Amino acid sequence: MIDSSLTELAAALAGRQISSVELTRQALARIAAQKDLNAFITVDEAGALKAAQSADERLARSEGGPLVGIPLAHKDVFCTEGLATTCGSRMLANFVSPYDAQVVSLLRAAGAVCVGKTNMDEFAMGSSNENSYFGPVKNPWDPGRIPGGSSGGSAVAVAAGMVPIATGTDTGGSIRQPASLCGVTGIKPTYGVVSRYGMVAYASSLDQGGAFARSAQDCALLLSAMAGFDPRDSTSLDRAAEDYSRDLDQPLTGLRIGLPKEFFAEGLATDVRAALDGALAEYRRLGATLIEVSLPNARLAIPAYYVIAPAEASSNLSRFDGVRYGHRAAEYGDLQDMYRRSRAEGFGAEVKRRILIGTYVLSHGYYDAYYIQAQKLRRLIAQDFAAALNECDVIAGPVSPTTAWRIGEKSDDPVQMYLSDIYTIAVNLAGLPGLSLPAGAGADGLPVGLQLIGNYFAEARLLNVAHQFQLATDWHRRRPPVV
Amino acid sequence: MSQTQWEVVIGLEVHAQLNTASKIFSAASTAFGAEPNRQACGVDLALPGVLPVLNRGAVERAIRFGLAIGGRVAEKSIFARKNYFYPDLPKGYQISQFERPVVEGGTLTLRVGEGDKAYEKRVRLTRAHLEEDAGKSLHEDFHGMSGIDLNRAGTPLLEIVSEPDMRSSAEAVAYAKALHGLVRWIDICDGNMQEGSFRCDANVSVRPRGQEAFGTRREIKNLNSFRFLQQAIDYEVQWQINEIEEGRAIQQATVLFDPDSGATRMMRSKEDAHDYRYFPDPDLLPLVIPSTWIEEVKAALPELPAALAARFQSDFGLSAYDATTLTASRETGQFYLDTVAAAGAANAKLCANWIMGDLAARLNKAERDVADSPVSPIQLAGLVIRIADNTVSNAIAKKIFEALWQGEGASADEIIDTQGLKQVTDSGAIEALVDEVLAANPKSVEEFRAGKEKAFNALVGQVMKASKGKANPAQVNELLRRKLGA
Repeated sequence: MIDSSLTELAAALAGRQISSVELTRQALARIAAQKDLNAFITVDEAGALKAAQSADERLARSEGGPLVGIPLAHKDVFCTEGLATTCGSRMLANFVSPYDAQVVSLLRAAGAVCVGKTNMDEFAMGSSNENSYFGPVKNPWDPGRIPGGSSGGSAVAVAAGMVPIATGTDTGGSIRQPASLCGVTGIKPTYGVVSRYGMVAYASSLDQGGAFARSAQDCALLLSAMAGFDPRDSTSLDRAAEDYSRDLDQPLTGLRIGLPKEFFAEGLATDVRAALDGALAEYRRLGATLIEVSLPNARLAIPAYYVIAPAEASSNLSRFDGVRYGHRAAEYGDLQDMYRRSRAEGFGAEVKRRILIGTYVLSHGYYDAYYIQAQKLRRLIAQDFAAALNECDVIAGPVSPTTAWRIGEKSDDPVQMYLSDIYTIAVNLAGLPGLSLPAGAGADGLPVGLQLIGNYFAEARLLNVAHQFQLATDWHRRRPPVV
Repeated sequence: MSQTQWEVVIGLEVHAQLNTASKIFSAASTAFGAEPNRQACGVDLALPGVLPVLNRGAVERAIRFGLAIGGRVAEKSIFARKNYFYPDLPKGYQISQFERPVVEGGTLTLRVGEGDKAYEKRVRLTRAHLEEDAGKSLHEDFHGMSGIDLNRAGTPLLEIVSEPDMRSSAEAVAYAKALHGLVRWIDICDGNMQEGSFRCDANVSVRPRGQEAFGTRREIKNLNSFRFLQQAIDYEVQWQINEIEEGRAIQQATVLFDPDSGATRMMRSKEDAHDYRYFPDPDLLPLVIPSTWIEEVKAALPELPAALAARFQSDFGLSAYDATTLTASRETGQFYLDTVAAAGAANAKLCANWIMGDLAARLNKAERDVADSPVSPIQLAGLVIRIADNTVSNAIAKKIFEALWQGEGASADEIIDTQGLKQVTDSGAIEALVDEVLAANPKSVEEFRAGKEKAFNALVGQVMKASKGKANPAQVNELLRRKLGA
């Protein structure tokens, strides 16, 4: 049952064919059976069963919406009251949050049953989930391979059938890329749609919460429950709540899909290209027209991102100083030594690398050359998208240049790792919504995702475009061999 | 000794704590004196994941200030992060404003000195920006460790930066006092210096008189009384002059003033200065202030001290000094207005003298504020009227004032009646007293006739004494002179 879609599970729960407690036990059993994938940092069996019990009471009273009683996992970057929130870091390995993130509160109120917290790259910095203090997450399609990152644990939890839905965050592709590499659907909404309150910050101007599920239809239900204005987040957008499922059934006749020529060029693996061509052919059959568009400044997205994100991160992570909570070195001399040792021990290599880069680019004498320059590039990139979206309804392209690579393959080459995010990062810089849906398989049978990018607040449209594809194909129904 | 004449150059940075009920970026209370860390919420503690939300009241107060000094209230200003590590700075950065502050420009006009030497001085303001305060590190009572109190963390501050326009410690103190009066006048800061609600940093340098370029400055941090401000600047100026005259160049530095020794000492040199890595805070949108909001605030602004002082001069004929003194605080200004309203504009100068003289001295002695003066404006006006119409002499008026202060009567008239203090103007009665005194003091009479004017005063004093102070002094004078044939 746990492998069914959210829509099917909701119907089964409402029809009392299964109780939330039973469903939650199935989820917990699957998590235990797939422990080797290392998708979870914390499993909250007691809390989950208690939440499932109250969900069953609500179901008995026919109360609530489609998420009542549905097991779900949160990326360990969302603060959960009374439950460890580690961000995949030794720094917060002992941190139990005294409050819930807005996303966590909303989903709790919606009746979803949180079974635990998923593994991630430390402080959401990484593209392979190898940067976790709690060890790498493994791809259920091939445990020798990475699942992508930074929300790798959530993608794997959904792909391997541990939970039907999970939350994630996306700063430069951290939802879309693992969704692509694990064969699930993931959406990053427009910046400001999902509250960042209680979502531990990596790069505040880029971070955005989003949803993982096995289909666009399920993503729409989850996103509808977690989005919305939050006065506690000053960057949250004051807009009316939306039903992201509302346009799912719209036909795609007349849809103009823009293909950025820069995305279908050198650097894209031939097997990924072939899979995407197949998916695009399907879209043509569904009534869409494909047109070429251009994002001339997209190549500048990675350098701009690796100035802005580390700059913000270097400041955001200053609060982890060993003074009030989190890791403090066991032995130290004076105050400076306490800071030095606590942070040296508490942070992993990639986090330190980005703090150093960020500190450097904000330093006196370098700020204009790096930070200001990067902000200018950011505007140019956003203008490119605006121009392209004048010519088409949605933009389609790859998510990742390759399928999932082997664990350790790029660990020693940070720049290679950074380049793997070339198709996703520009979307965050522009603040646009993006989605990844399973669209085919690579030469080795590994999943290939197709990225859809829409205009601001076009989430419902993106989900519609993905859903229509999923009605016509069954790439999203394929299950990894471990299941 | 060198022959160089030195000119002192001073600029002040004042941190005024804004009197909002809650903090600038969180809902925690700003009340002073709570137990440590009882007024620090998750945002103030910088828990992972928390976010700042700007307090509208703090912005409103910044607008009020901008209008009061005639500065420009920025349509768009930016909050920036000032990054440095310190245990009482929970986020590892302070949210402040850097490149685009909420207020730019403006001037403050003040009077420096007293009496004939008093002069008017205009000090230009560079800017005023909003920022949050840090917490406090407590280094005692923790057995070699330090305690952190985050109650103050996140308290809203308006940092008010002047141009280096002041040329003496007296000017710096006059500026600080005028600013202190203004922020209380427009009710944006309680001005409590003991509690740290109004703190001054002074940038001090010296240069040979006539030289245009500024000397190298040193910044004296955290002066929390006007007296310390004066002492610290005076010490620092003398120290800098000595250094230069002994051939040592001044190094840019931040220094602290030690009130016990009266000396400044170096805290850090320019080389140790932090690189604060300012950048716009991505958690906060640019602060946009629509002109309609500025207009609303302007409409609600009270009459400002400078305008009121000008009115006191034009309407009541007060001197610039009196007008400035009576507008040192809004309460004093109001007290004066209320007193004149009851006593009549013809008695405006007399009212001013009593408020600046006897009332101020008595309040000072009792350590009370004019707002809770036991003698009300109506009562004081009643007294002033009786002085003006010669019902009582000045000397008797002082007694009546003290009686009013002690609550011995509801009005001056009641006290005059019950205590029989009415001035004697019956010339027959006064003449009888004069005759008695002349008869009893032949020596004084002789001395006066020999040309000693002092003797006359002694005789006046005797008559006044004989009348228990109630005789009209002018009449006593006149009668005495007539009797002595002068």
